[in-house]
Amino acid sequence: MSYEASSTIDAETREAIDIDRSKGDFSFPERHKFDAGRGLTEKTIDYICDVKNDPQWVRDFRHKALQVFRDKPMPTNWATKDLDNIDFDIIRYYLSDGEKPKRSWEDVPEDVLRTFERLGIPEQERAFLAGVEAQYDSEAAYSNMKEELTKQGVIFVNSTEGLKHHEEIFRPWFGKVIPTADNKFSALNSAVFSGGSFIYIPKGVKLKQPLQAYFRINSENFGQFERTLIIADEGAEVMYMEGCTAPKFETSTLHSAVVELVALKGAKIQYVTVQNWSSNVFNLVTKRGLAMEDAEVRWIDCNIGSRLTMKYPGVIMKGRRARGEVISIALANTGQHQDTGAKMIHAADETTSNVVSKSISVGEGRSTYRGQVHIPKHLKGCKNNTECDALLINTRSRTDTYPAITVRGNQHATQHEASVSQVSEEMLFYMQQRGISEGAAMSLAVNGFINDLVREFPMEYSVELKRLIDLEMEGSVG
Amino acid sequence: MPAVLEQSASLLDSAPVTPATFPAWFAERQRAAWQRFLETPQPKRGDETWRFSSIKELDFAEFRPTNGGADATLLTARSSGLEAPVAKFVFGNDELLHSESNLPAEVICLPLAEALVSHSDLVEKHFMKQETRLGSAKWTALHEANLRNGLFVHVPANVEVEGTIEVFHWIAGGNTVIFPHTLIVTGANAKVRVVDYFQSADESSAGLAIAVNDLSAGPGSKLDYVAIQAFNENTKVIQVNETGVAKDASAIGFILNTGATWARNESLSRLEGEGSRSDMLSVSIPARDQEYDQRTFQHHVSPGAYSDLLYKNSLYDKSRTIFSGLIFVDEGAHRTDAYQTCRNLFMSDDAEANSMPGLEINADDVKCSHGSTSCQISDEEIFYLRARGICPTRARQLIARGFSVEVIERLGDEKVEELVLRFVDDKFAHIAGGGA
Repeated sequence: MSYEASSTIDAETREAIDIDRSKGDFSFPERHKFDAGRGLTEKTIDYICDVKNDPQWVRDFRHKALQVFRDKPMPTNWATKDLDNIDFDIIRYYLSDGEKPKRSWEDVPEDVLRTFERLGIPEQERAFLAGVEAQYDSEAAYSNMKEELTKQGVIFVNSTEGLKHHEEIFRPWFGKVIPTADNKFSALNSAVFSGGSFIYIPKGVKLKQPLQAYFRINSENFGQFERTLIIADEGAEVMYMEGCTAPKFETSTLHSAVVELVALKGAKIQYVTVQNWSSNVFNLVTKRGLAMEDAEVRWIDCNIGSRLTMKYPGVIMKGRRARGEVISIALANTGQHQDTGAKMIHAADETTSNVVSKSISVGEGRSTYRGQVHIPKHLKGCKNNTECDALLINTRSRTDTYPAITVRGNQHATQHEASVSQVSEEMLFYMQQRGISEGAAMSLAVNGFINDLVREFPMEYSVELKRLIDLEMEGSVG
Repeated sequence: MPAVLEQSASLLDSAPVTPATFPAWFAERQRAAWQRFLETPQPKRGDETWRFSSIKELDFAEFRPTNGGADATLLTARSSGLEAPVAKFVFGNDELLHSESNLPAEVICLPLAEALVSHSDLVEKHFMKQETRLGSAKWTALHEANLRNGLFVHVPANVEVEGTIEVFHWIAGGNTVIFPHTLIVTGANAKVRVVDYFQSADESSAGLAIAVNDLSAGPGSKLDYVAIQAFNENTKVIQVNETGVAKDASAIGFILNTGATWARNESLSRLEGEGSRSDMLSVSIPARDQEYDQRTFQHHVSPGAYSDLLYKNSLYDKSRTIFSGLIFVDEGAHRTDAYQTCRNLFMSDDAEANSMPGLEINADDVKCSHGSTSCQISDEEIFYLRARGICPTRARQLIARGFSVEVIERLGDEKVEELVLRFVDDKFAHIAGGGA
């Protein structure tokens, strides 16, 4: 590890910061009872509906979405050509062992449990989480929440349970924040969605501990299409965290989630993602929040890994004084393209939004910020601040920034700033003078670059984040 | 072709005929350009380079080229710019109406129609070398195919032109189209400044101008170019500015937009040599229903070059602006130092500003940043001026003027700055007169 050369770090600290490099890079044999086979047809949809015993309205919803998916073109006029390499005909759209999610880790099948143990999920649940959902391929393997939250009326289940057992809350908001036809991949998700979380926080309930979901792809040529819907009722508060991994396969894998957040009057939702997909995953995700009067939606997003990530979390500020925020860190290594950003749609007076995005490009990696800020006419007193900074580590690293800001009318203020820089030679020299190796100095500089954003992550995640970044940075110098 | 027929046909209908006096290479380029125009698809909604644009403005079917027809005496008298320009050229409907020059003998400064005959090789070497890449390829092809006149300036090595060359381009008559072209070439360590004026002979006739400015700054030279676009508010404009800056050279490209109903500016600066510098500047004051669509490209080909873009828009009434800028750093263009700033000042509740400042960076040892802001005049600023006895309307105008002055001052020549400010003040007077 890059810290080895540093004489200032003792053995105990080194042990503490050293991490299992094979973490995430392991897989177990597939033993699926239900397999929709390869390719996507009406039959695939019916198969999924039959296995999941979907109600008729969901079956209709899926079939309509399939048609939209077929009709919609790829976003070719601006998106990377790498999208053309996705072969929708070889993807397996549904794989499951047919088991219901377990409420106790003891009931989770041995190999699945081992996966999540290696990822440290049960341990984290005991330590600081209010509830956990762990998804393995298409379905949740484990789902549990602290008992006192159930008593308060909090619902935290997978989306299948949500639509069946809580239809009166689920259905009015499902597909409303992100319509099926929003883009090709939201249509795809709507057709074949499975897994993901449904969360409802009743009026005035403020969760002190975060809820967590973990998404794991274990099978080759598999597409994971989780669907998450979080509704925070008036005055409620929730932090939700998701983590993602997949083993490295010879062929690429598709992950295409849809996440909808609804923060009703005065509610707060924080959605934290630490994504560390293996380098052959196409991660094409649509995430959007709706913030009503005085409500707040915050996306805190860290994108490491994947072959191509296209993800632009958005907030529609529909109520007066609503607030939206996107804090994001992206790290792109060789063979990776992190095409990330934010969308801020102001739809009421005195709404404010803030976007802070930092990216690091290592080796031949490419990071892109793509943003949209929209303040339509007849609104008053809206504010937006956008800052994006890019750090380039190697000669062939690449970064792009493409924001689009539309402001109509008076009494608004928007500002966008972006800068590109590299780690200064003086800084590296200064650290090397003090006995820190070049690699360690570079890691420290990179951690310094993102330090103010890392603080926004819950502590357990920020430690993990720094480790992941160190790991990605290894060998990047020279 | 009889003049009467040519005047009645739309400029989109038939291939223009190159005058027999023009050299063969130019005739061949015009033929190829017409073919390219026909083959290049019309921009459509959804094209990234036309994002937020009002595509409907690209319907040019009603416009037709003319054979002169402008009143030489009247328009020459109205061509009032600097007090004592070093040379002055007046064009009406692409026809030379007047010229005067006190330039050093070694400087070639001629109407393009003449230069194509007398300095054919030199024009050929520099004429429209760069590919149009900001969206108007179809329209620059149309420009090239129809081009009849413009100005050619060649300042040889080590010659510094003191003073300013002025060029007036007038559109006269209804539904008339002009294709102004300015080609400026500076040799090593030379210096020149050119001001182009774009105006309409009357206040109401619909006109169309598809203009191209080709600037090539040789090593160590200094090339300043100022375009003042003050057409009437029934005129549409596409203005494409291509600038190449060689080693240790510096170029300023400034555009003032006060006129036209719809104006599209595409400015591309290519930093071709180490130590080169490009300043891309613009002031736009749209009012009523005017729309200004600005696309820029700072292309760092060479390492160790500097570019700085500053665009400021003051938006009145229901006007719209679109700014899309890109700093593009090629692989290996290390030690690039590039900035891009677009600021929008809202003077009305109904105005709309769209900003797309962009970066594409392919080298790691660079300093690049961009920024875009939009806001309105704060109540405190108005209060401060009112407390000094200035009425609110005047106070707002003073602040908007001061906002523009920051860009104009970067021209570095007092007389030209005053000249530009005169057009800015005319626009403010026009806005006040229009009840804004």
